[in-house]
Amino acid sequence: MNNILTPETIGLLLQALGTTLMMAVVAGIGSLILGVLVTMARVSPIPILRWAAWCYVQFFINVPLLALLILAVFALPDAGLIAPLTPTAIIVLTVYEAAYVAEAVRSGVNTVGVGQVEAGRALGFSLLQSFRFIIIPQSLRAVVQPLGNVMIALAMNTALAAVVGVVEFTSEVNKLNLVFAQPIQIFTGAGIVYMAIALVIGLAAGWIERRVAIVR
Amino acid sequence: MTQSRHSAASFLYEEPGPRGRRMILVGSIISIIVLAGVIALGLWQFGSHGQLDYDKWAPFAQWPIWEFLLVGFLGTLAAAAIVAVLGSVLGIILALGRVSKVRVLRWLATGYIEVGRTVPVLLLIYLMLFGLPQLGINLPTLWKLVIPLTIANSAVFAEIIRAGILSLPRGQTEAALSLGLRQWQTMAFVVLPQALRNVVPSLVSQLVSLLKDTSLGYIVAYTELLYRGQVLSSFNHLLIQTFLVVTLIYLVFNGSLSALASRLQKPTRKRKPIGPLATALPLPIGAVEGEARV
Repeated sequence: MNNILTPETIGLLLQALGTTLMMAVVAGIGSLILGVLVTMARVSPIPILRWAAWCYVQFFINVPLLALLILAVFALPDAGLIAPLTPTAIIVLTVYEAAYVAEAVRSGVNTVGVGQVEAGRALGFSLLQSFRFIIIPQSLRAVVQPLGNVMIALAMNTALAAVVGVVEFTSEVNKLNLVFAQPIQIFTGAGIVYMAIALVIGLAAGWIERRVAIVR
Repeated sequence: MTQSRHSAASFLYEEPGPRGRRMILVGSIISIIVLAGVIALGLWQFGSHGQLDYDKWAPFAQWPIWEFLLVGFLGTLAAAAIVAVLGSVLGIILALGRVSKVRVLRWLATGYIEVGRTVPVLLLIYLMLFGLPQLGINLPTLWKLVIPLTIANSAVFAEIIRAGILSLPRGQTEAALSLGLRQWQTMAFVVLPQALRNVVPSLVSQLVSLLKDTSLGYIVAYTELLYRGQVLSSFNHLLIQTFLVVTLIYLVFNGSLSALASRLQKPTRKRKPIGPLATALPLPIGAVEGEARV
C-alpha cells in the first residue's frame, strides 16, 4: 500500500476526487432544482404539463443511466450535439437524478395538509404563491431523508462517468491499478472513499432533517 | 391513471371558475407551443445532420437486427433473473439478521447492508475483473456481472424487507407467540409471509432498478442489451439509431414493470388495517378490498 501512495499519485487521486465531488455537487444542486420544477409541473392544473412531467419521470426511471451516458457522449455528436465530456456527463446525471428527486418531492406534496393549502387560498395566495410559500417548502421538509438517499445514489452514479471516459475518481483508481496491479487494496480503498462520501451525505441529511423538521 | 394523478393533486387548487379555466387554457396553449417547439428543434437538429434519413432507419425494419438485439435482451433478462433470485434470498437472510436479537448478527448484517448500499457497483465490478484473476479465480462473464449486482441489490432488498417486517403490527407476533409458536415459526409462518406480501410493490420497483443495473454488463462484455447495441453500432455505424432503439426496448419493458408496481401499490394503499376475517383467511386482494369497503 505504501508504495502506491506516493505524493504524485496522491495528487492525481485528489484531483480526480475533486472532479467526482464537483460532478456530484453540481448535478446534485441541478437535479434538486429541476426535480422541484418537474414536480410542480406534475401537480399543476394544466393537463398537458402534468402529462409531460409524467413522461419525463417515467423515461428516466426506466432507462439505464449507462445507456443515456453512452447515447449522449458517443451517439449525439453524430447529430451535431456535442459538448465537452465532463459537462455532458454532468447534464445527463442531472436530468436523470431529477426524475428521482421529482418522485421524492411528489410524495412530499401528498403530505402537505389540505388545511394549509386552503388557508393559503383564504389569504388570497395565487397558485404560484402557494407553491412558493406553502406547498414546496413543506414538501421538501417532509422528504429530506429520501432526498438524501437520491443524493447518495447520485454520488455513486458519478462513477459510471468513468465508463465514457471522464477522468474522475473511479477511472483514476482504475488507471492506478493498471500501473501497480494491486486491485484488492486499491479498489477496497476506493470503496472506503465512496462510503465516506455516502456517510457524509447521510449525516448531512439527518442533520438537515432535524433542523427543518415540522413540529406538529 | 390520469384520474388518480389528478385526484392526488387536486387538493392543491379548487375547481376552476371561468377565470381559472381561461388561465388553464392559456397555460395549456403556451405549454403545447413550448413542448412542440422543443420537439421540433430536436427533430430539425437530427434532420439537418441526416439522422432522420430513410436509409438510416430502414435496417431497423429487418428482423435479423431485432433478433440480434433481442438475444442481448434475453441475456439482460437472464442476468436480472439470477440477481433477483439470489438477491432476494440473501436479502431475506440479511433482513432477518438485521432484526435478530443476537447482537453480533445484527452488526454483521448492518455492516454488510451499509457497504452494499454505499459502494458503486462499478468498483465491485472492477474488483471482479481485476482482483479475482489475481487470486487465480476466473469466473465466466455472467458471474462477473451477477456477483457485484447481487452484493449491491441484496442490501437494498434487505432494507425493503426489513421495512416490511417492522411495519407489521406487533399483535401478529404476540398472537403467534401466545398460540405457542416458537420464535422461528412466528417469523417463518406469520411475520415474513405478510411482510413480503406488503412490500411487493417496492420489490417490483427494485426489480426495475436491478434490470437497469444489468446494463453494466457492457463493461464486462457480457452479452446483454446495451453491449449488443454497442457491438451492433460498431458494425452499422448507426450510433444514434441503435442506441435509441436500445433505449426504447429498456423503456417499454421497464415501463411495463413500473406500471405493474404502481398497480400493485393501489389496493394496499387503500387497505384499512387488516380486519379479523382477513387475517384468518388468505383472501385474494380483490376480496380483501371488498371487505374493507363494507
